[in-house]
Amino acid sequence: MTAETALVPAAPAASPARPLITLDGVTVRFGRGTAAVQALAETSLTVAAGDFIALVGPSGCGKSTILRLVSDLMRPSSGRVLVAGREAGDAAAAEPVRIGMAYQNATLLPWLTIRQNVMLPLKIVPPFRAEWRRKRRTEYRDRADALLAQVGLKGFGDKYPWQLSGGMMQRANLCRALIHDPTLLLLDEPFGALDQFTREELWAVMQELWATRGTTVLLVTHDLREAAYLANRICVMSARPGRILEDCPVDFPRPRPLDLTFAPDFTALVQRLRALIVAARAAAA
Amino acid sequence: MLDLIRAKAAPAALILSVFLVWEAVCAAGGVSDILLPRPSAVLYELYDRWWALWPHTWQTLYTTLVGFAIGTAVGVLLGVLIGSSRLAYDTAYPLLVGISSIPKVAVVPIFVLWFGAGTVPAVLTAAIICIFPIVVNVATGIATVEPELEDVMKTLRASKLDILWNVQLPRAMPYFFASLKVAVTLAFVGSVVAETVASNRGVGNMMMVASSSFNVPLVFAGLFILAGLGVALYLIFSAVERRVAGWAMRKTDLAVTT
Ligand SMILES: Nc1ncnc2c1ncn2[C@@H]1O[C@H](COP(=O)(O)OP(=O)(O)O)[C@@H](O)[C@H]1O
Ligand SMILES: [Mg+2]
Repeated sequence: MTAETALVPAAPAASPARPLITLDGVTVRFGRGTAAVQALAETSLTVAAGDFIALVGPSGCGKSTILRLVSDLMRPSSGRVLVAGREAGDAAAAEPVRIGMAYQNATLLPWLTIRQNVMLPLKIVPPFRAEWRRKRRTEYRDRADALLAQVGLKGFGDKYPWQLSGGMMQRANLCRALIHDPTLLLLDEPFGALDQFTREELWAVMQELWATRGTTVLLVTHDLREAAYLANRICVMSARPGRILEDCPVDFPRPRPLDLTFAPDFTALVQRLRALIVAARAAAA
Repeated sequence: MLDLIRAKAAPAALILSVFLVWEAVCAAGGVSDILLPRPSAVLYELYDRWWALWPHTWQTLYTTLVGFAIGTAVGVLLGVLIGSSRLAYDTAYPLLVGISSIPKVAVVPIFVLWFGAGTVPAVLTAAIICIFPIVVNVATGIATVEPELEDVMKTLRASKLDILWNVQLPRAMPYFFASLKVAVTLAFVGSVVAETVASNRGVGNMMMVASSSFNVPLVFAGLFILAGLGVALYLIFSAVERRVAGWAMRKTDLAVTT
């Protein structure tokens, strides 16, 4: 464990003056005519820099779609998506916001070692890219090893993905998403495929990574305890077409111990979220 | 270790017994050499005429390998083009299947018309016959990259070339090398067919000449040479495959054969 001071959040929860992400009346439709699917209906959301937001909601309500909008993998049908004040995918942006992304499926490249996998973004993202040849055996390598050590994978750098368990691969996946010091970290059900114990271990790892780096995190999850344990704010979404039903602040002090998940306040919060989602699903049916 | 010996010994024993039975049947039944020469006679022919056979063998090997090299280069290029876009894949695939189902003997006369009889038609036949499995395998390898991984790369603002170089090509390597051993055998078939129809050199042509003069043991000697070359090329490219794309070897049989 690193020094206690490191566990204090790097950026205070809300600084609404400087939103990193703004979704303004965003709608998303897939397809045309009768086959059209409306995935998002008039969704608005603001995320402050340095914040940790969880998106929860019934499956198919458009959570992943929001992540895809923010990372400019797709455009909204109407409304605006702003990242750091600029329309996502603004080609004129001199230095676009660096984004890291991790999915439930770790998608590590099987022909590379864990260290090489973690270093991959440094080979691609500027400004690291320019010095890839010169620093990949020294500075970048140390950087990857330090990050691996922080998530509990010290000494696994030379292993190949298939030599690791699912939990270890997911740790490496987090490292790959963070190695290039992204301003924004997008996580789409990253711990969804793990068993309960491994998942809780990774919550602690995630909390520490967030605290030490000050990265803004947008976490999509279907695990309400995960959302309540990790996030500063939980946005509950309605069934499709999705929109944000409720925005719950989560005020538990940090660093949060795992025991917190058994505290009455915590359980009450989880119950309340659960009731909201059950109601949202019932309304849709 | 015992398993390894058994794995190598069993096929060798089978081949040997086929030869022994063949020899025995010919000797016992008094089969004429014009119908079916005994294996010993074929081997003697091989030994006796080695210096005359060698240039033909070299010619066949050479046309096969040149054709194979051209086919591989074109195949990889086409595979990358077709594999990197869904639209290109759907558009070009039917055409490729159509071309590949034309019997390749049928194109030899056209090549002869264009380039005259000799080495060039043989090289080209070898090339076009081996393109298809390479294109299909490279395209499949590239097209089956996980969509999540592509999203991760795009989020890093990787260029198309970055994605091709770092993800798609390495991903396609096991498919590519698996297709090479199929392709090299096909190239071999192509060059021999072309030599048989239109050349004055090569093992295929040598067999044609030998059969028209009823030198049946020499025809069979040609067959033996072809079998030997075919097996050797297949083994070489299997070994290359194991070497180069070892990371995928835990999953066997990646190749989409035709
Ligand atoms: N490319 C697409 N084409 C058509 N429909 C889509 C596409 N992507 C997502 N959808 C639909 O949009 C809805 C929201 O999807 P998604 O954001 O992935 O939901 P989730 O909240 O489970 O992550 C789903 O109902 C899904 O069927
Ligand atoms: Mg999803």
